[in-house]
Amino acid sequence: MFKLIKQSPVSARIGMLIVGLNLAVALFAPLIAPYEETGVVGDVWETSSSAFLLGTDHIGRDLFTRMVYGARNTIALSFTITGLSFFMGVFMGFVAAVKKGWVDQGISRVVDIIMAFPTLIFALMVLSIMGPSVPTLIFTIAILDSTRVFRLSRAVAMDIEVLEFVEAARLRGEGLWWIIRHEILPNAMPPLMAEFGLRFCFVFLFIAALSFLGLGLQPPLADWGGMVRENAGAINFGILIPLIPAAAIAVLTVGVNLIVDWFLHLSSGLHE
Amino acid sequence: MSNLLKIRNLHIEGFYENQWQPIVKNVSLELKRGEVLGLIGESGAGKSTIGLAAMGYTRQGCRLASGSIDLEGTELFGASDEDLRLIRGSKVAYVAQSAAASFNPSHRVIRQYAEAPVHHGLKSYKEAEEEAVELYRRLFLPTPEKIGYRFPHELSGGQLQRAMVAMAMSCEPDIIVFDEPTTALDVTTQIEVLAAVKEITEKMNKAALYITHDLAVVAQVAHRIMVLRNGKMVEEGETRRLIKNPKEKYTRDLLNVRKSMDNHEIDPSSDVILNINNVAATYTGHDNVIEDIDLKVQRGQTVALVGESGSGKSTLARVITGLLPRTTGDISFLGQSLSTTLKQRKKDDLRRLQMIYQMPDTALNPRHTVRKVIGRPLKFYFGLKGKAAELRIRELLEKIELNPDAYIDRLTTELSGGEKQRICIARALAAEPELIICDEVTSALDQLVAEGILNLLQDLQNKTDVSYLFITHDLATVKAIADKIVIMLQGKIVEQGEKKKVLSPPHHTYTDKLLASVPKMDPDWLDTLLEERASTYL
Repeated sequence: MFKLIKQSPVSARIGMLIVGLNLAVALFAPLIAPYEETGVVGDVWETSSSAFLLGTDHIGRDLFTRMVYGARNTIALSFTITGLSFFMGVFMGFVAAVKKGWVDQGISRVVDIIMAFPTLIFALMVLSIMGPSVPTLIFTIAILDSTRVFRLSRAVAMDIEVLEFVEAARLRGEGLWWIIRHEILPNAMPPLMAEFGLRFCFVFLFIAALSFLGLGLQPPLADWGGMVRENAGAINFGILIPLIPAAAIAVLTVGVNLIVDWFLHLSSGLHE
Repeated sequence: MSNLLKIRNLHIEGFYENQWQPIVKNVSLELKRGEVLGLIGESGAGKSTIGLAAMGYTRQGCRLASGSIDLEGTELFGASDEDLRLIRGSKVAYVAQSAAASFNPSHRVIRQYAEAPVHHGLKSYKEAEEEAVELYRRLFLPTPEKIGYRFPHELSGGQLQRAMVAMAMSCEPDIIVFDEPTTALDVTTQIEVLAAVKEITEKMNKAALYITHDLAVVAQVAHRIMVLRNGKMVEEGETRRLIKNPKEKYTRDLLNVRKSMDNHEIDPSSDVILNINNVAATYTGHDNVIEDIDLKVQRGQTVALVGESGSGKSTLARVITGLLPRTTGDISFLGQSLSTTLKQRKKDDLRRLQMIYQMPDTALNPRHTVRKVIGRPLKFYFGLKGKAAELRIRELLEKIELNPDAYIDRLTTELSGGEKQRICIARALAAEPELIICDEVTSALDQLVAEGILNLLQDLQNKTDVSYLFITHDLATVKAIADKIVIMLQGKIVEQGEKKKVLSPPHHTYTDKLLASVPKMDPDWLDTLLEERASTYL
């Protein structure tokens, strides 16, 4: 692993730096932030000063503090959701590919039905009915996202499943779990890892979009998408505050994608 | 006669592990008009690389390092892309190993024939078409007027390969490079392609480089043979001289590959462990792929299942293993009837029946180590763990003649083809089976490596009394190791019996054709055979 990082290209290193910084900020949020997450400490939309590094938001909270906690909430949430969607999607995809027949048909058709709805509308519907609590948010997005993961992992597993070493394992009498865990998963890792990075970004943007519509994380919890929405009005007065969380979203997305590109490059077998 | 092609002190390098490493080392050769030079060697010998270099081409990641390639007075080393484009196709042409992969599947064959001469401005499309038909006739393709208007998938493998030979001739080049044109074909279709190659080189007076790993094949078409190994020339000589009187040990090894091994006698009264009775199977639900299969395998016996591709021999293996349920008949193994499907079989039945595959590359999980590959059946069937498993893995590695310390921690991708196949054998042996189904286990390997594998299998049989069901299309292999031969054609068994009985006349007509098609290490074999066939069919 260490050797791999040492050989990485500059672009991937920049990506790692961005992601690393964000993770560090998220992890040590209480130590870094000068104020409390929800504390009203100043005037509305103050410009940056020695007291407020990035100024204050629409009700006078320190924007820098909100950004730091926002990183924590947004990244943790995206990570949980992506992890969950991968767990579900990969497992279902592999089972469908190995079992084939009606198991495959059953799972695939259900996935088709879910995919037939535009994701945002589906999520809005569920969240308006169930209420935008954090667990609902996590499960809704994870399930919606797992359909895409399912498609990919099923296709990847099908390519691997026809190889003779899988047949050899079958002839040995191995069960479904062993075949998935030991024969298919290790060979499917590169594309899945790359997809993980991409999905992570999408979830990130999706939460931001939901927050912007008021169905993401609920105030007073800080999250970047929500902060853009809350401060959107500032633009009218020529104050650039909403652009700061928006920029943070953009930078992290670029960072993750730089790493993902490198993974894709590695897994494609092109080493030059 | 002057030389058409003169290669002097050629060095070619490949970019590997971040540095340039030599692939071809100091090879020189000459080719006169009307002459065929055979290049022979194992994979990695550099024969294809030399063949491509004769057209001034190298594969991606390779470069011509030094030397000279003189084609009719033009120096190809360092020639511009434009100059090379002009000579390729029109002066030198190339016939690849897999015709199926070399044709564009969405254009008709004759259109692909005409592409090069029209592009080079040599002929009109109409002229090219007429010529193609004439060539198809000369290369013995059926219905030469019509066959060109088919799509590549509508031709058989042997026909496609001949169409490709015709295509190489379309710009009337002086030199043709044949790169293993018959390797992927059955013996009976191989003859047709060899006859076509001979027609071109002899009657049309073209020069050719013929690349192959099969000495008996090259002996039929080449005037001179050059033996290559690891990018260096081992020996060069006139065909008859080289075969009769090889100077180097390596050449002698290659020549000896096809000699029969000493056979062990099996006790005719030893118990029958596999008894297949009137079995049929289908993929579609109707139209049986195999039917009326009756077959017995005794303990310690090697039964060879022989047939061309499409004869149903691999399907039979799938039926025996339970991957494909049989529709009728019965298979009994060690006295008990086997369930039709894999799922219903007992773990012990699965253990006693093991399989080794044709392609060791895909038969081993690339992410597993040797320890895991061999250790898994030990744990799965016998519950061996920790130290006991480790000892047994090492013991098995020694049995397959690989040094345990050097190999046990390697990933399967870090092995050569022959080593991989040995690991597959060890994986099968780990289960302590009674019967191993070997599906074309040597056809993806070089001859000398393949011989090592066959020797190992024979040796293991002598020690453990395991039986083999040996699926192959290679009759030379059969002659070397089989006790009993079963010949299949279109899903049915046409003949079976003891090796001596099947191999000596009178044969079933199909057996006869199959046997007669195996190239012999005799330069006159093809000519004699073609004459015989011409006289019987006319």
